[in-house]
Amino acid sequence: MNHSVEIKNLDLSFGAVTVLENLNLDIHKGEFLVLLGSSGCGKSTLLNCIAGLLEVSDGQIWIEGKNVTWEAPSDRGIGMVFQSYALYPQMTVKGNLSFGLKNAKVPKAEIEKRVQRAADVLQIQPLLDRKPGALSGGQRQRVAIGRALVRDVDVFLFDEPLSNLDAKLRADLRVELKRLHQQLENTMIYVTHDQIEAMTLADRIAIMKGGSIMQLGSPDEIYNRPQNLYVADFIGSPSMNFIEGEFDGTHFKAGDMNMEMIGYAYVGSLTPSARRATIGIRPEHVITGELAATAPQRFTATVDLVEPMGSDTLVYATLDGKMFRIRMDGQAKVKPGESLPIGIDPARASLFDTKTEQRL
Amino acid sequence: MADVGILATTKAAEQIAPRTLDGPSGPRPKRRFSRANIIVYGTLFIVAVYYALPLYVMIVTSLKGMPEIQMGNIFAPPIEVTFEPWVKAWSEACTGINCDGLSRGFWNSVNILIPSLIVSIAVASINGYALSMWKFKGSEVFFSILMIGAFIPYQVMLYPIVIMLREAGLYGSLSGLVLVHVAFGMPINTLLFRNYFAAIPEELFKAARVDGAGFWAIFFRIIMPMSLPIFVVALIIQVTGIWNDFLFGVTYISSPDRYPMTVQLNNIVNSVQGVKEYNVNMAATLLTGLVPLTIYFISGKLFVRGIAAGAVKG
Repeated sequence: MNHSVEIKNLDLSFGAVTVLENLNLDIHKGEFLVLLGSSGCGKSTLLNCIAGLLEVSDGQIWIEGKNVTWEAPSDRGIGMVFQSYALYPQMTVKGNLSFGLKNAKVPKAEIEKRVQRAADVLQIQPLLDRKPGALSGGQRQRVAIGRALVRDVDVFLFDEPLSNLDAKLRADLRVELKRLHQQLENTMIYVTHDQIEAMTLADRIAIMKGGSIMQLGSPDEIYNRPQNLYVADFIGSPSMNFIEGEFDGTHFKAGDMNMEMIGYAYVGSLTPSARRATIGIRPEHVITGELAATAPQRFTATVDLVEPMGSDTLVYATLDGKMFRIRMDGQAKVKPGESLPIGIDPARASLFDTKTEQRL
Repeated sequence: MADVGILATTKAAEQIAPRTLDGPSGPRPKRRFSRANIIVYGTLFIVAVYYALPLYVMIVTSLKGMPEIQMGNIFAPPIEVTFEPWVKAWSEACTGINCDGLSRGFWNSVNILIPSLIVSIAVASINGYALSMWKFKGSEVFFSILMIGAFIPYQVMLYPIVIMLREAGLYGSLSGLVLVHVAFGMPINTLLFRNYFAAIPEELFKAARVDGAGFWAIFFRIIMPMSLPIFVVALIIQVTGIWNDFLFGVTYISSPDRYPMTVQLNNIVNSVQGVKEYNVNMAATLLTGLVPLTIYFISGKLFVRGIAAGAVKG
């Protein structure tokens, strides 16, 4: 596998405050990597370090096989797209696109060629002579992407590029970004707090918390096999149901629940020893309706509240005295107070050590 | 969330008053000659007259001949308009042995103003730019020291600067005075520029760095074109301050040949020989005030915009 961006033992602290701690990350060539986390987790800081806009305290950053830890941002082969677009207000779109090239002393004819090519790719041809003030949010973001595009960089860095757009436009531009990535095949590093963006765009997602990476994996791994309680809770909406109990080596027990973990794939395929454990079940993995009767594990929950959402129905129920979220079909007819037979497939559940919060 | 809230309140309002507000709405219009209006506009009128009256007296007096002034009615418009006092003030009035009017002082002031203006605004804007965008270790300390400089009374530094200028061989020269103006204008103008630049989004600065622009390229090509209003504010503050300066001019200039206009004006007005020529004095004073006045008229609009921007975002 080709390395595109390698981050080795990266530390960053401002005075006594440590923002990033011993961070390692290896990003492949052509990969779309999403840094996902809640605000203050250090994801934007990490991106700024890669861009060279922040000086690191310790560690190294390599881009395309070159140690760029102390290089200027413009010498790193990166282009960056910001949340606020950061277009130069006094320049036309063309001026914005060519500013970086002029600084790099690229010949005029070459600048013209590259600007035209970027404008074609992003379909901003008719806007070239306008000022940023006369553009819509989506158009501005396109120009901002174009500014990175014209410089022929190896790595694109995106700092929450879609957060300032309204929901509809955000979905449209998300698709366009994905198409752009398929077309250009550049390495892209994308910071967001929106898990939908992360799941849809990423080849791999790095979930960050408190300056370190909690889990790095494909969207599928992150969703189906979260490595720890934090990731399990963070990904998925509505979030996972957690039940605390005991694990005895074959069965998970909590209150009246006694569930044999048939088909569950343990980490490293070793059956762990008995301990306090927490089981996590996604609301959409709860089996309801006729199939519930044939499910590996069967329970009965009491419906408390129903939220119909059109495409599906979210049911808040009580199971074993605790709140339990169930996602059902949009046509499901359930009423508060009803008993609801449900089934759980242990193979799709996640089991965590309660103390270490790590997946079993 | 905010949108939902607004929607909810509008809906609630509709339920309270269902479709009865087809006609005009809002509070009843007030009459133009209400008691409050008369008090407000009356006060404003009186204050305006109070401020405008001295200017009126000066203009009127400067256009009268001496005999007319000696009749004593200072508010009366001139019976016979004459521009002779203006000519005399500009090119003939005497201070000591020189009898070439204010023109000499005017050109001295111009020679002081132009370099002081260019150097002080250049230095202050670059200071402000560096302090807001290129923060270095200790930049805050540096800035604090600069601010302390702004609050030390001029009088304290008057004599030490005489010695410093003398040691540097600049005492009594125009360039010495320029240096003093630059130094004293620096703290407040640096503060002004720093606050204005601090309001420019940081991402813009980052984008320029990724685009390969360095310290000077970012300043000249990104920051300066965005900051015209604050440059105008600094220009006005500096022009007014330097042109109106009397204390530094009288302290650091040793020869009457090189006195700035304000000092020369004082010497003309306060000369004790002969009859006091009020019309010439008034004309001389108006001439001296003409430069800042012109600047205000030309750039007043931008000045207000710059001050407002600094006030809100600083």
